[in-house]
Amino acid sequence: MATAAIHNPTATHHDEHHDHAHHHETFLTKYVFSQDHKMIAKQFLITGIVMGVIAMILSILFRIQLAYPDQSFPLFEVLLGKFAPEGRLDPNFYLSLVTIHGTIMVFFVLTAGLSGTFSNLLIPLQLGARDMASPFMNMLSYWFFFTASVIMLSTFFIESGPAGAGWTIYPPLSAVAKSMPGSGLGMTLWLVSMTLFVASSLIGGINYISTVLNMRTKGMDLWKMPLTIWSFFLTAIVGLLSFPVLVAAVVLLIFDRSFGTSFYLSDIYVAGQALPNEGGSPILWQHLFWFLGHPEVYIVLMPALGITSEVIATNARKPIFGYHAMVYSLIGITVLSFIVWGHHMFVTGMNPFLGGVFMITTLIIAVPSAVKTFNYLATLWKGNIRFTPAMLFAIGLVSFFISGGLTGIFLGNAALDINLHDTYFVVAHFHLVMGSAAIFGMLSGIYHWFPKMFGRLMNAKLGYLHFWLTFISAYLVFFPMHFMGLDGVPRRYYSFTEFESMNEWLSVNVFVTWAAILGAVAQVAFLWNFFYSIFFGEKSTQNPWESTTLEWTTPVERIHGNWPGEIPTVYRWPYDYSKPGHNTDFIPQTTPFSETMSSNMPHDFEGNEEAEKIQEEWNAKNVNNTEEVK
Amino acid sequence: MNLKKYFNLKSLLTVLTFGGLSLGQAMAQATEEAAKNEGLGKTVSYYILLFLLACVFIGIIGKVLQVYELTRKIQGKKSGIAWDKFNGVMFAAALILGLYGAYWSYTEHGSLILPESASEHGVAIDSMFNITLIITTFVFVVTHIILFLFAYKYKHSKKRTAYYYPHNNTLEKYWTIIPAIALTVLVLMGFFIWRGITNIPKDQMASAIQIDVTAHQFAWDVRYAGKDNVNGRKNYKLIGSLNGLNNLGLDLSDKRNNDDLKVNEIVLPVNKSVRFTIGSQDVLHSFYMPHFRVQMNAVPGMPTFFQFTPKVTTAEMQEKTNNPEFNYQLYCAKICGGSHYNMKFLVKVVSEKEYQEWLKEQKPIVTEEMKKEYQLALSKQNSVNNQIALNN
Repeated sequence: MATAAIHNPTATHHDEHHDHAHHHETFLTKYVFSQDHKMIAKQFLITGIVMGVIAMILSILFRIQLAYPDQSFPLFEVLLGKFAPEGRLDPNFYLSLVTIHGTIMVFFVLTAGLSGTFSNLLIPLQLGARDMASPFMNMLSYWFFFTASVIMLSTFFIESGPAGAGWTIYPPLSAVAKSMPGSGLGMTLWLVSMTLFVASSLIGGINYISTVLNMRTKGMDLWKMPLTIWSFFLTAIVGLLSFPVLVAAVVLLIFDRSFGTSFYLSDIYVAGQALPNEGGSPILWQHLFWFLGHPEVYIVLMPALGITSEVIATNARKPIFGYHAMVYSLIGITVLSFIVWGHHMFVTGMNPFLGGVFMITTLIIAVPSAVKTFNYLATLWKGNIRFTPAMLFAIGLVSFFISGGLTGIFLGNAALDINLHDTYFVVAHFHLVMGSAAIFGMLSGIYHWFPKMFGRLMNAKLGYLHFWLTFISAYLVFFPMHFMGLDGVPRRYYSFTEFESMNEWLSVNVFVTWAAILGAVAQVAFLWNFFYSIFFGEKSTQNPWESTTLEWTTPVERIHGNWPGEIPTVYRWPYDYSKPGHNTDFIPQTTPFSETMSSNMPHDFEGNEEAEKIQEEWNAKNVNNTEEVK
Repeated sequence: MNLKKYFNLKSLLTVLTFGGLSLGQAMAQATEEAAKNEGLGKTVSYYILLFLLACVFIGIIGKVLQVYELTRKIQGKKSGIAWDKFNGVMFAAALILGLYGAYWSYTEHGSLILPESASEHGVAIDSMFNITLIITTFVFVVTHIILFLFAYKYKHSKKRTAYYYPHNNTLEKYWTIIPAIALTVLVLMGFFIWRGITNIPKDQMASAIQIDVTAHQFAWDVRYAGKDNVNGRKNYKLIGSLNGLNNLGLDLSDKRNNDDLKVNEIVLPVNKSVRFTIGSQDVLHSFYMPHFRVQMNAVPGMPTFFQFTPKVTTAEMQEKTNNPEFNYQLYCAKICGGSHYNMKFLVKVVSEKEYQEWLKEQKPIVTEEMKKEYQLALSKQNSVNNQIALNN
């Protein structure tokens, strides 16, 4: 059995091969119900990409509506049928598009597609483990996710259409089926899909946490872990603590919808009829939802930041600046992310005093974010930057993180939020800081670890094209939206034609839509590059980016169990780039200090006196030698 | 890079035929439905062709670059194009164009934003906004100059090695403490402004003009409190009672309802405090009047409040914005269903005199007809009660 070998790290090279020869993998066990973390990562990635493309197409549909509210597009009617009568999107279907775009992007692409892919791929590879702590659960996690995706998309094929109450599905709109078509069967399926999705996330998260805590190779103590692992680890903790609250909220909503309870409902008169529900509160849903919802944005963002740290250090050929500060700021974000949710609710009728409290906690969370930004800048300083596509996207992330983060200072301020809440300013803010930044982190990771997934390289030049078009179009789309918000244009408006005062934004909407179309077309360069390179890309070498971390010590062939022989031992931190005195500009984590006597520094030994003594002796000898030569 | 493989005639043809086939299907369907879709296939194929042309164009450029690099290699020169330099220069260009673009957007789009606040508390919000804007714009510009210039300046060169600089605790302390101080200042300012807006003394609450707003899909119902300056009780179970006349669910046993006024537009006297009580009959809505920097959600089952003082009349604002058509508006800002985008209500700010005149013209919300129906219902109920009493 291969699994026996996997759990026996001392098995010799020969034994392992022997085992594999006898273990015949069928198509089903290798590509479909695979328990190999690398294959599961690829499954998450490709499902995530497919979902991302779908969500992007949805956004283009509603962008066209916003740009040309009075124009009829016969193609829409051909494709969408009664969702677009006379070639114009139905207002309720418009809201469904917005809702499903948000749901898919936040959960299916940027949570499962990002964490699912890179946590699965990198946790065992960068920590020196043969696989996840529980490969079977890992497989289960993917198939829950897949089922959730299928259910979510299936709602486009039901008569009343997909859920339409916004991705936050605030009741009573989402709870009362009569209030909009999207709150019928579509909402029921949305809730079922999300429940499965959360199950997938939790199974995955437990697996990530236990793997990080238990399965690190010899020498890999917590402070030698790459920042990617730190971010995945903390992300999994955030998810584990916050997702169950969403499930609780969802279950209560299902009760309200189908079993006549009144958790969120009270005093409602709809469609000519007073509902019997009394005593519930819609605010309760908002508390429960945002208790997940806010940590969720960090679930989306932290892995992207981790990936960026790794990519920037590798390609700037410099150690990440302030490794400890980076970890502590991640921990700070993790803890604080649980006590800021109320800033989504300043004007929802929550007690105004609470609003003040949440404002204080919210602005505190900006401090660790600022530290991370400055550390990125310091890492680039005096670097020797190789602009791989991954590096371009990582720099793009830093730019979006700054631009989007700064507008958070406006929205986190309860007084300013009065006028900005639920306007396009919010749309601009979160699309930059969590949408664009996280997707750039994900793309950066894809370009960087593509060789680890498929043994081939993606085309760099197409990557440059992809980056520049996407980077520019993202700013063109989201920058003007800030000003729409400052003009008091509310979000989720089907068209701006009903208000005289919004007419001035129609031309801007056309501009934004065409920028969005440019951005969408640019993704074709990526999709082509990605799928073409899987089969025909240039063959990769073992360590194409000359990186220090463990995953690049595995063979290009990507075998089950990761390392053919013994799992390597780790001796040093992951960021020894361009260390003075060493002959190459990177020292892998597996290189012991005894082999790098010329470049060791006092702090490398972490107070180990014996090692320090040996180094001192060597230094003394070496200095004598050089003097003699002189 | 081998673009030839995927831009040969064969694959192009495949794509074209595939596109053509699906187009054919689409067209067939379209013609079945109506002649209105005529020419749709043409339009779609035009765009597909345009897109394919763009792909071919990019493919050709890729090919040319590849050939160029190969010839350089054959000639024994260092590998063709210095892509690191290219991207570095692109970052420098992106910095210049980006900063100009941001400036252009600030001025061009910035000129379209809301005029100065038309309410007293809004002035404080606006000054808070401006301070935040100045600080964040400064940080935005400086960090982007650093980021993109570093990208340009430290682009890869074989001659250089990166500077091994893993940490500097002093620096890190600075850039933890400075943002922390800046944020503390902003938080404190914001906190006091917020408390000022939301924490209004009891006596000021009672003396303000009381207006009751009820949101429902997809309109607003507004009533003024009348002479006693108190809005009477409502009960959602009474909505539609009195033979369908009672669309707000007024409880007529509460006599305070009788002098309440029904209005079709909100008219406010300038410089007088006004207190809105906001409620919803069905789903969440949001009472949003951006010119006054006012927003509060309308929640079924829970009244919410917003009190403020308008300080610029509509006429003055028309002058200030140089727009004789200008009017204050009430929007819905919380997604509430299909017609969420169309829940407007007119708001006017006028002088005290005009306000009093307008007020006189407004009709009581409890009409004579409603009173009659109510009496009828009462007498019926009484007779039923009497019968029950007799039967006992």
